[in-house]
Amino acid sequence: MRGQPSLCDVLAPLNLDEALALRAAHPEARPLAGGTDLMVPFAAGRLPDRLFLNLWGLEELRGITVSDGEVTFGALTLFREIAAHPLFQREFPNLVRSAKATGALAIQSRGSLGGNIANGSPAADTPPSLLVYGAELELTSLRGSRWVPYADFHTGYKRSLLAPDELITRIRVPRPRAGGFHYFRKVGTRQAQAISKVSLAAWARTGNGHIQELRIALGSVAPMPIRARGAEKALLGRSGASLPLDAALEALQADISPIDDLRSSARFRRKVAGNLLADMLRGLALV
Amino acid sequence: MSISKILLKLTVNGIARQIYVHPMARLLDVIREDFGLTGTKEGCGEGECGACSVILDGMLVNACLVPAVQAQGSTLRTVESLAGVDLSPLQEAFLHHGGAQCGFCTPGMLVAGTHLLETNAVQDEAGAREGLAGNLCRCTGYVKIVDALLATREGRP
Repeated sequence: MRGQPSLCDVLAPLNLDEALALRAAHPEARPLAGGTDLMVPFAAGRLPDRLFLNLWGLEELRGITVSDGEVTFGALTLFREIAAHPLFQREFPNLVRSAKATGALAIQSRGSLGGNIANGSPAADTPPSLLVYGAELELTSLRGSRWVPYADFHTGYKRSLLAPDELITRIRVPRPRAGGFHYFRKVGTRQAQAISKVSLAAWARTGNGHIQELRIALGSVAPMPIRARGAEKALLGRSGASLPLDAALEALQADISPIDDLRSSARFRRKVAGNLLADMLRGLALV
Repeated sequence: MSISKILLKLTVNGIARQIYVHPMARLLDVIREDFGLTGTKEGCGEGECGACSVILDGMLVNACLVPAVQAQGSTLRTVESLAGVDLSPLQEAFLHHGGAQCGFCTPGMLVAGTHLLETNAVQDEAGAREGLAGNLCRCTGYVKIVDALLATREGRP
């Protein structure tokens, strides 16, 4: 069965206030950003929604603001804009790499950070990077705005803290201090344009030869993008010269809960997640 | 239930057009069926293959993933815009280097390649391959397509 545009209507607000009013009045309307995720199941007739709320073109959701302590992205910031930003190459290399790993150029020209988050796919490429950089999300409704840690946002497979009348409006990320260690690697069927089988991002700060701060996050190994808190705990405070690889790998296996699906198997994902952790730690040991 | 159509106004290959379409109609279908511009191809229909590549407001996009409502007021360029009286330099290079075999990916390759050249996004072979990573070809093995793109960039045959 194909998608049926003749049965579907689109609410087209001209500004954010209108969008929030329509969101409150029509909670059943599916918010639509760049469409790169939603148009695929829609065209295949696999999306049940019949009413959409078009967010594309809302200027309030665009733009990147850099201040001393943090960078704030409008929810409609495109992957292409992240990939092209010179500051991010230096300070948020994982975000740049994961934005460039999302589809190819044509997808990066429409896909947005907020859309990627709201879609809630455990296989999305940017969420692990956002998790390791300690991102926060601004959720806005007619009732007001609230900031929530991104680590708390996803509550299950395609479930989140977003209330039926809320939209993700901004994403804010603290600027990491210079000299940190950044790691991102995605494993898919091919280099470009493939959905991940496993992805792993990490950020660490070392001092006096020890790991002072460490965040590790993974995609495609749980119902949602996750922090590997057990593995982090096994490594935090340890000397870079004698990292407890076996303990970290064991803790990682308890952190993740991969499944068999059309893209990969649970067994392969467990093996590759461990390999990525080991690869990351080899790099970290050299810092 | 019947949903009313919207009046979609956009500039297509330099000509102002307007047409009534369903807001969730795919831009790909509007281009092919309403405007009759069948150079833009449907391959996978899910943003993987790039056969439906078009330039929308200066950005390379997959027309299969753009709902018509999001093309309101836009400027659209399809493969039909590339040749004037003569073929474009990139089209000539595809002929010279054998960049087209079965031809189904060729319109998307030409549009993506034109966009890469116009935005000066290709500096070398690796850049050409990265830039064309969203356009799949099952015939050529890509070598001749990359050759054609690099030759055009360097102004040689």
